[in-house]
Amino acid sequence: MKEEMEVLEQTIGSEYKYGFVTDIETETVPKGINESIVRLISKKKNEPEWMLNWRLKAFAHWLKMEEPKWPNVKYPPINFQDIIYYAAPKKKKALNGLDEVDPELLKTFEKLGISISEQKRLTGVAVDVVMDSVSVATSFKKQLAEVGIIFCSMSEAIQNHPELVQKYIGSVVPMTDNYFAALNSAVFTDGSFCYIPKGVRCPMELSTYFRINTENSGQFERTLIVAEEESYVSYLEGCTAPKRDENQLHAAVVELVAHRKAEIKYSTVQNWYPGDANGAGGIYNFVTKRGICLGEYAKISWSQVETGSAITWKYPSVILKGDYSVGEFYSVALTNHLQQADTGTKMIHLGKNTRSRIVSKGISAGKSQNSYRGLVRTGKNAINARNFSQCDSLLLGNQCGAHTFPYIEAAHPSAIIEHEATTSKIGEDQLFYCRQRGIDTEAAVALIVTGFAKEVMNQLPMEFAVEAQKLLAISLEGSVG
Amino acid sequence: MLSIQNIHAAVEGKEILKGINLDIQPGEVHAIMGPNGSGKSTLASVLAGREEYEVTEGSITFLGKDMLELSPEERSREGLFLAFQYPVEIPGVSTTNFIKTALNEKRKYHGLAPLDAVSFLKLMKEKMQLVEIDKALLTRSVNEGFSGGEKKKNEIFQMAMLEPKLTILDETDSGLDIDALRIVASGVNKLRNKNNAIIVITHYQRLLDYLQPDFVHVLYNGRIVKSGTKELALTLEDQGYDYIKEAFGATTI
Amino acid sequence: MHMAISQFNYIEEKFEALQTAHPNVLLNEVRQKGFQTYQTAGVPSCKNEEWRYTPVNNLFKQAFLFSDNKAAINAAFVDSVRLPESATANELVFVNGLYQPSLSTIRSANDEIVVLCMEAASADARFADILKAHLGKSSLYVQDGVHALNTSFINGGVFVYIPKNTQATLPLYVYQIADTVHHPVLAQPRSLIYLAESASLQLVEHYATSGNSDSFTNEIMEVVVAGNSVFEYYKVQNDDASANQVNTTHIRQIGKSYVHTVVITLSGGMIRNNTNIIMETPGNEAHMYGLYLLKGNTHADNHTLVDNREPHCFSNELYKGIMDDAATGVFSGKIYVRPHAQKTNAYQSNKNILLSEKATVNTKPQLEIFADDVKCSHGCTVGRLDEEALFYLRSRGIDAAQAKAMLLQAFANDVVEKIKIDSLRQHIETLIANRLSLQTN
Repeated sequence: MKEEMEVLEQTIGSEYKYGFVTDIETETVPKGINESIVRLISKKKNEPEWMLNWRLKAFAHWLKMEEPKWPNVKYPPINFQDIIYYAAPKKKKALNGLDEVDPELLKTFEKLGISISEQKRLTGVAVDVVMDSVSVATSFKKQLAEVGIIFCSMSEAIQNHPELVQKYIGSVVPMTDNYFAALNSAVFTDGSFCYIPKGVRCPMELSTYFRINTENSGQFERTLIVAEEESYVSYLEGCTAPKRDENQLHAAVVELVAHRKAEIKYSTVQNWYPGDANGAGGIYNFVTKRGICLGEYAKISWSQVETGSAITWKYPSVILKGDYSVGEFYSVALTNHLQQADTGTKMIHLGKNTRSRIVSKGISAGKSQNSYRGLVRTGKNAINARNFSQCDSLLLGNQCGAHTFPYIEAAHPSAIIEHEATTSKIGEDQLFYCRQRGIDTEAAVALIVTGFAKEVMNQLPMEFAVEAQKLLAISLEGSVG
Repeated sequence: MLSIQNIHAAVEGKEILKGINLDIQPGEVHAIMGPNGSGKSTLASVLAGREEYEVTEGSITFLGKDMLELSPEERSREGLFLAFQYPVEIPGVSTTNFIKTALNEKRKYHGLAPLDAVSFLKLMKEKMQLVEIDKALLTRSVNEGFSGGEKKKNEIFQMAMLEPKLTILDETDSGLDIDALRIVASGVNKLRNKNNAIIVITHYQRLLDYLQPDFVHVLYNGRIVKSGTKELALTLEDQGYDYIKEAFGATTI
Repeated sequence: MHMAISQFNYIEEKFEALQTAHPNVLLNEVRQKGFQTYQTAGVPSCKNEEWRYTPVNNLFKQAFLFSDNKAAINAAFVDSVRLPESATANELVFVNGLYQPSLSTIRSANDEIVVLCMEAASADARFADILKAHLGKSSLYVQDGVHALNTSFINGGVFVYIPKNTQATLPLYVYQIADTVHHPVLAQPRSLIYLAESASLQLVEHYATSGNSDSFTNEIMEVVVAGNSVFEYYKVQNDDASANQVNTTHIRQIGKSYVHTVVITLSGGMIRNNTNIIMETPGNEAHMYGLYLLKGNTHADNHTLVDNREPHCFSNELYKGIMDDAATGVFSGKIYVRPHAQKTNAYQSNKNILLSEKATVNTKPQLEIFADDVKCSHGCTVGRLDEEALFYLRSRGIDAAQAKAMLLQAFANDVVEKIKIDSLRQHIETLIANRLSLQTN
């Protein structure tokens, strides 16, 4: 039995508590984007020629593209020349170990509840920490290396494992995929890289913690996870940002590659600063996440709890190429105040006997707009493809909206696809029942919402589930009139 | 313990209770009977504090406090328990967790530390035996997919856990077969003592056979038109509500 | 050879000619607005979300010509396309989009139904205000160039009026005939149906082609249903593979009323049906059903919209599709609940079966909800026949083909049984039984 309510009790009454700014010396490049900025970023990271060329190609393509208009979100035009594309905590020399990390940084992450010092380690979780544009620390590298796992920042991977990076980068999300993916490909600064060799079951959860600190900066990280045949990895991602009145852009790309019989479980608790109750500030979260099940029996599972960001635009997807491969998507998206979310998934069935499952729980409160958008496609050769989708929306208050836009494209007679969606409000009867038992309205709402989201919460690793429940309760604050 | 004085209440502008007076002392069991639409369930809702019911006149004192000033959850924490006629389903919230939350909210209200997991489980075990409820039900979501009988048993189980001072059983007998009725009634009887009181709202005699009320009140057209001892219930059972309607129908507006 | 219709000058010239040749203050204005939209919106491509799965722009690359109203459809041909029990129905015949009074028959008494040419109605003091208030309102919802093209050429359409307190005893059959004997035809039928208070009407539309050239029927029917009225609408599309259509049935409930629609699509070329129900007052009720049973290369796209603008409305929707050969089925259903429309109950279900490896279905059920006190759901499935049921039937001695036919018929019947006109329902049942090669005893 999880101690759901204890968690809620502790946290109701607190607001966005990650909104502080770390006072640390930062090295930035000038505002704006052009070819020389792209070259500068690449140079700062001492990248090989091929990487620079790849970036330049992406940049050239981006210039020709238009910002997508189809998502069900509204925001003023983004001035891409007003963003700092590279900001890094200054360091005097290359770090040899965690002991050498700036104590101010360590403090920051302690405050965020993320321990990067191995002595105070989170039980069995290896963490890569990314602040603004660069990875500042990765724990447990040695222990992981003993079983052949590479877990490091993307920058290091480009230096130390160029053959792997070159082979897989852009193989799932091509640089031309969409506007924000192209931008990311041109200017990505860091991120995590993870490689699980054949037959290895990763002995601990791998985790990346993303933090935007610098004002006016964007965060463009790129994560790449490759799981060789018959390997397994569970990966967690968390993110926060300081409270600022301006909007900040976060345009990440995540690529997952699962070979034959490999399994990747990717969990996100997204808690970027959502802006204040009047809609000032907050992160624009435009993220492209996609995995490919390359081999037979591969499995990729996305779990996400989305409570942050002023605007969320993301569709973690799975391309089911290998026969008998499996894709899963479990999502809780909660929007409050003036937040807007357009999120969902794509399951592209290409191989035979592929299966996918989608469970999406949307919760809208305040004046927010929450949309589920999903695509299930079964190709001509996807014999016996199966999909089941369940998308439920819960409305709290009469000024918010809940929208469901599923796309189902079936091109083989053996496909079986089922989609169900419901929209309803939180029941007055349920609330009164709770109150009659002594549970006040706010706690009752949190209880009912947690129950509504349970099927997804159950998919999260234990440490994350607790954090996610806290987040739901905090994010609901002020949603009950 | 409870003193209801001249309560008038309306829903959507329509007056349903038209001056109810009732005094209840610790240790007493009061039955409130009456035909459909007489205002029985409205009385239960007003006592529990449902916001759709507007009290237009009168007062209710519960354990020395002005009950109308209290929110539904405060009334609950003060010791009022309503066993719902139609208990709602709350998907995804386990019954155990729900009761634990309720119990600890009440303890907090009274300045007590929350029960630790061990003591809570021990308490649960004890009360489960008392009301003959299946353990498996408690791991399931609140009332979700429960049969009618299981829902009512769950209500009585919650009553046992929360140990209220005043319990209102709102048509707890409706929809129960004879075995379930016996189990529910015997659960209630085991929970009775000289410090708590019970209001039994019912249409029929059969639950009263088990509970043996001290007083029986007949509610008709928003007023208590007749009060007596348990023999009154037998008369009603015998003669039906028509006799009440004939006697009082003409005089009410 | 002829030029594609999207050649701008062709349409522009035709438009100017129409405005001068048939001047009419009201119609000229509506047409002018339509033409402006056509010019600005243009013909949608698959990049337009509403046309994602239906390449209507391909039709505009073909050499369709406007009809010159010299088509030679005679009574004998009309007889061949009549629906059963037509002798007890009012019948309207359109040829190439133009209403043909001489081929039409009104059997009801004068005070039960009024049928007028649109031009006559606009000049009739009894109806001019109705036309003014209601003609062209569908453009507020369907804003693409195809729809606007019809509005640009409102001409030879029909106005039907069911007076207050009239329970129209006879159903109204509307035959849309394309005469393509001489050349490919662009037909643009237009009608406005008005049910005054406490009236009722059963309307059936049926499509047929004479000739071997392609046709493109771009139709708009606007229906206005006043309080306490009952409107039933049936569409039967069982036309030639050369017959393409874009078809908007735009029903507005302007008083608390009841609407029931059934759209049956059995064959044709590229077909797009927009069925919109706009609930403009509280307490409306609508039931929408559709069956698309497709083979060959037929492409059938059903777009539906239920716009809940006011509280306490109820809608239920069921669309079912069976796709064989290289057929494509598309379903896009939208339930829209405005902030003000509390206590809306809206349900939508779409079920599909693919029978062949070349068949495709694309479906997009959508909920857009801005009010909190609502109960809305949609469900959607793509699947195949129940193997268990198939086996069960075969174990009782029914051969595989028959068993399959029986199950498909049962699948289709959930929609067909919603046709409340007995003779029509039986007619559709027979068509389906024949299609499925079902042996009937």
